[in-house]
Amino acid sequence: MEAVANKEALKGGEFLVKETNAQDIFIPEEWNEEQLMIAKTCRDFLEQEVYPRLDEIDSQKDPNLMPSLMDKAGELGLLGTSVPEEFGGFGSNFNTSMLIAEVTGAGHSFAVALSAHTGIGTLPIMYYGNEEQKAKYLPKLATGEWKASYCLTEPDSGSDANSGKTKAMPTEDGKHYIINGQKMWITNGGFADIFIVFAKIEDDKNLTAFIVEKDFGGITMNEEEKKMGIKGSSTRQVFFNDCKVPAENMLSDRQNGFKIAVNILNIGRIKLGAAAIGASKGVIDHAVNYAKERKQFGTSIANFGAIKHKLAEMATRVYACDSATYRAGQNIDDAYDAMVAGGMSDAEAKLKSVEQFAIECAILKVHGSEVLDYVVDQGVQVYGGMGFSADAPMDRAYRDARINRIFEGTNEINRMLTIDMILRRAMKGELDLMKPAMAVQKELMDIPDFGAEEDNTLFAKEKKALRNLKKAGLMIAGAAAQKFMQKLKDEQEVLMNLADMLIEVYALESAILRTEKLIGIRGEEACATQIDMVSIYLHRAVNIARQAGEEAIFAFASGDEQRMMLLGLKRFTKVEPTNLKEARRRVADHLIKENKYVF
Amino acid sequence: MNILVCITHVPDTTSRISFTDNNTKFDTSGVQFIIGPYDDYALARAVELKEANGGEVTVLNVGPADTEPTIRKALAIGADKAIRVNAEPVDSFYVAQQIAAVIKNGNYDLILMGRESIDFNGGMVHGMVGELLNLPAFSPVMKLEIEGDTAKMSREIEGGKEFIEAKLPFIAGCQEPIAEWKIPNMRGIMSARKKPLEVIEPTDSVKNTEVSSYELPPAKGDVKMISKDNVEELVKLLKEEAKVL
Repeated sequence: MEAVANKEALKGGEFLVKETNAQDIFIPEEWNEEQLMIAKTCRDFLEQEVYPRLDEIDSQKDPNLMPSLMDKAGELGLLGTSVPEEFGGFGSNFNTSMLIAEVTGAGHSFAVALSAHTGIGTLPIMYYGNEEQKAKYLPKLATGEWKASYCLTEPDSGSDANSGKTKAMPTEDGKHYIINGQKMWITNGGFADIFIVFAKIEDDKNLTAFIVEKDFGGITMNEEEKKMGIKGSSTRQVFFNDCKVPAENMLSDRQNGFKIAVNILNIGRIKLGAAAIGASKGVIDHAVNYAKERKQFGTSIANFGAIKHKLAEMATRVYACDSATYRAGQNIDDAYDAMVAGGMSDAEAKLKSVEQFAIECAILKVHGSEVLDYVVDQGVQVYGGMGFSADAPMDRAYRDARINRIFEGTNEINRMLTIDMILRRAMKGELDLMKPAMAVQKELMDIPDFGAEEDNTLFAKEKKALRNLKKAGLMIAGAAAQKFMQKLKDEQEVLMNLADMLIEVYALESAILRTEKLIGIRGEEACATQIDMVSIYLHRAVNIARQAGEEAIFAFASGDEQRMMLLGLKRFTKVEPTNLKEARRRVADHLIKENKYVF
Repeated sequence: MNILVCITHVPDTTSRISFTDNNTKFDTSGVQFIIGPYDDYALARAVELKEANGGEVTVLNVGPADTEPTIRKALAIGADKAIRVNAEPVDSFYVAQQIAAVIKNGNYDLILMGRESIDFNGGMVHGMVGELLNLPAFSPVMKLEIEGDTAKMSREIEGGKEFIEAKLPFIAGCQEPIAEWKIPNMRGIMSARKKPLEVIEPTDSVKNTEVSSYELPPAKGDVKMISKDNVEELVKLLKEEAKVL
């Protein structure tokens, strides 16, 4: 395989219109020794400190348990991995922090406390704090001496975050702000020392962010919320009653809060995707193990095709998600390096690099949380009756998974954002959608390609199918944008359909590229299972895209236009038959032999 | 105090064990390697002793280059430097000879290792090293306190516990609860690469063992549950079916 010396740096969202060279992506098989050791430390920590106490954590009987676990994680340095070394952290790159998010993501309620502290709790100060703020807060957050929470959501302001009613009024001497308002669903609220609070100053249109210490006073809270899952995660309503905050604790500029919230959420989203992968792998390990142990009709149920189907499908979706997640993570690291080399400050480059890939972040949030939901659902099913028992691990996994489709922006909001961001970038000229969309239009007028040319190179057929899926997406997105113009945002159903197509394109492409690169390293024979997973995922992606595309076309096209587009969709979602049953059996057999998810 | 901790590089306990080359070689593909769990206890105690009394912890492994990630993990846990004897650890006696040679060239007050490895579980190296160097060797040491040049230890013996006092230096094969395993922290991990890892060639030593073949233990059979009130049935089955009585 030809090695490419210079990576061609794709910008965020460009995957839709450009091809990526397999050599240019990072694959999880390339983690270095240090990264693997960090991952092992996280795993050992969970096994030693968290897994033996899952029931105790979820019972919330001991309010000190979660903070004491956080302290222990802090002693290991796990709370300061992303914090720069000058502020007492370890300055890990983005993809390493993603790996940590993945492994700790299997930690149920603890995972939520950890990610809220290190993510939305710490990052606003790290990225938007001035030097004094960073010096004051980051070292203590990095060790866990202070624990952080993030107060954005209010009873009447959830997805519509900028509509919050919490007020910050300047005192007459201008030295303080007095914050009043009510915040809801505040993770870590029960034990946090630091609250990142979003409020509107006077009659401002936009939010402003503040760093609020618990000791400032005027902070009260409700009891712990009773929740469906992540029951051990502290979730409170927090009330600010004349909470007096020094003016120097304003984070960034006045009215810049909404932007902070959005940018921090970008990071939270992709990390949530990574955490979902970790949780999914844990469930697969349990399910494979149980399927082998459980005997019915005189044999282990792992020998049944219906069970193999489930195991293989679980692993395949995780494999695709895994491939996409670290591909995007490395893109962010590469963009950061380029920006810093171009003279940008560390904090700004960190933000801008993630912002550059905000489309991928939203995609991965949706994909990761939905893969996890599928995996836990099938995990329960593999366990059968025991899956429904609170004494087996599937009960907790199933309940804990559900919140992931809701927080960090619901999956609906993220689907709409994905398309919205792509179209905005196209309008601004940052992403050339027009030329490829026109090319698709022209191709539709031409005589269809009957697949006469034979290309037997690796993944030639899969890549052709992928190119076609991109064309299908462009065809429908282009037509929808033309038809609805500015009103497309009101056609949420169509946006959902388009997002589904785009998400599958990204996941499929990532799985193909990862496998191609891996074959270059290990050879085709050693990657037989991965090749099977690519086939399985290809069919899934095409099926989803076909259905979503059809729904969108039915929704807005009629007559000749509709006929034309349906024909185009049919042409672009044509895929060679594969014996998926056999492919899934082989994937499942690999899992069963290894007794765990090993990819 | 200078402490030498000898570590093994062994398959993770959850690894799937299989063989190649006509059942004469262990198949390492896809196998995760770890520091031997008993060695890990020894290392943890050594790091604690260093933290309490000062000094230096050196880790030693007899193995080829691919054991270095395992050695660096020991450095991440808190050892200060490492030595790798560049040789396949053929058998207990071969390894003991290599360790003895390293000890002769060093100035160690205490030599710790696990009570046994978890691959071949020989449990002989500590005794052999002691014999080769004419030093006392104790195993399995479950408690180890140092006061000046004297160590107080306890070890499990048949039907009881033995309390020992010994003058340094000596060799101890360790097991829990001598210390709690240490999870390497971020600082340790980040500094492991910067710590010295010296590679030395093996001394000429006798190799007494050659593997003719390996075989896996027979697969676990089905379990029959018998009611605790039905001793007669149990005896009957043990006689007639299991044929062990």
